[in-house]
Amino acid sequence: MPHVFTVSPDFTPEHLSGWFIFNTWLQKALGEAFHLQLYDDFHSQRDAIKSDRIDLIYANPYDAAMLVREKGFKPLVKPEGKADEAVIAVSTERPYLQVEDLPCSIKLATTEDPDVHMMGMIMLEPADLDAASVELKVCDSYVLVAKELLKGYCDAGVFLAEAFNDLSSVIRKQLRALVNSQIQVVHHALMISPRLADHRDRLLGALLAMPENDKGKSALAALKIPRWERVDDEEMEFMIDLMDTFVT
Amino acid sequence: MQDMKPEDIVGAYREHTLVHFDGTRRNVLVTDIESPYPDGRLIVSRTDPAGIITHVNQSFVDMSGYSKEELIGAPHYILRHPDMPPAAFRDLWETLRRGEKWQGYVKNLRKDGGFYWVKATVIPNIRNAQVIGYTSVRRKPSRQKVAECMKLYPTLF
Repeated sequence: MPHVFTVSPDFTPEHLSGWFIFNTWLQKALGEAFHLQLYDDFHSQRDAIKSDRIDLIYANPYDAAMLVREKGFKPLVKPEGKADEAVIAVSTERPYLQVEDLPCSIKLATTEDPDVHMMGMIMLEPADLDAASVELKVCDSYVLVAKELLKGYCDAGVFLAEAFNDLSSVIRKQLRALVNSQIQVVHHALMISPRLADHRDRLLGALLAMPENDKGKSALAALKIPRWERVDDEEMEFMIDLMDTFVT
Repeated sequence: MQDMKPEDIVGAYREHTLVHFDGTRRNVLVTDIESPYPDGRLIVSRTDPAGIITHVNQSFVDMSGYSKEELIGAPHYILRHPDMPPAAFRDLWETLRRGEKWQGYVKNLRKDGGFYWVKATVIPNIRNAQVIGYTSVRRKPSRQKVAECMKLYPTLF
């Protein structure tokens, strides 16, 4: 039976072909069969993690605590120079220039992306906004978050910074970023289950050597990642502790 | 820990003597100049179990006014402002000793005598069932909450 590899559901469809290419590379690198199992949402992926159906995961930072501390997963790598950051933005039609200008109760467009949403909520705190004073409109993508703002349905939106910067210039021109996070240490990571512990060192070596061979290079290019950077156990524990401080 | 030096202070200052929980005393020099908390940033530090700083990020260095070299190895109470009631820090340490997370609004003292308000969260770093230190993360506070603390804290001395 093949091992099961999965990817955090916050990736847009255009990234998925890259993960299929990576899965092919992975199977050749380890000489083991892997099945890339995709989940439509975080809830179904978490159910799979809880019932021990996952062997390898490119995980959202929000899920790292459960993976490491409850399920014994170990970190392998993160994309070099790529941290998860959040942006709070509004329509340029609105008068708000900084977070503190927002009214005492707002409608917020967001996604199910758990780490970005959590960072966004932290950045609303200086305006005395919290879960009790924010009505959420959960969207399936960041483009839909932008549409909620442009149509005037929501007062503000939470974006992954990368997704905000990737919006078309027509949309971007109609949005105003009120605040950008500069946290720098929150990132996705590839993590391996205790069932595959014997493969950890070999897989880590192969991942770090990807830029040195053609097949590895093209798999990285498909993911738009320059190279992988090693994540040691303590770095992951530090990120989990840090994320824990975000939860009020 | 060394007393604060007049040559480091920017603006008119008042002098206070702080007595820390470990019995040490420090003369601090305090001004009324507030440094605004930078948007979107987190101030992060880690200490050993005794509260000695082992790690700081750049935002910590920028906001405290100390160099990284001055901070590493110093007790975390290098930031203690005399307007902060000792009861707040007693509560912090009692909470951490129970293995729980502490959260509160804190007025911190800069090297130049100025101050900045933060919403602080401190958690024990537990590895293999042992507390190996503490992580403190500070973020931009709500001004309303700060205003409430400015009224409340003087009543707690």
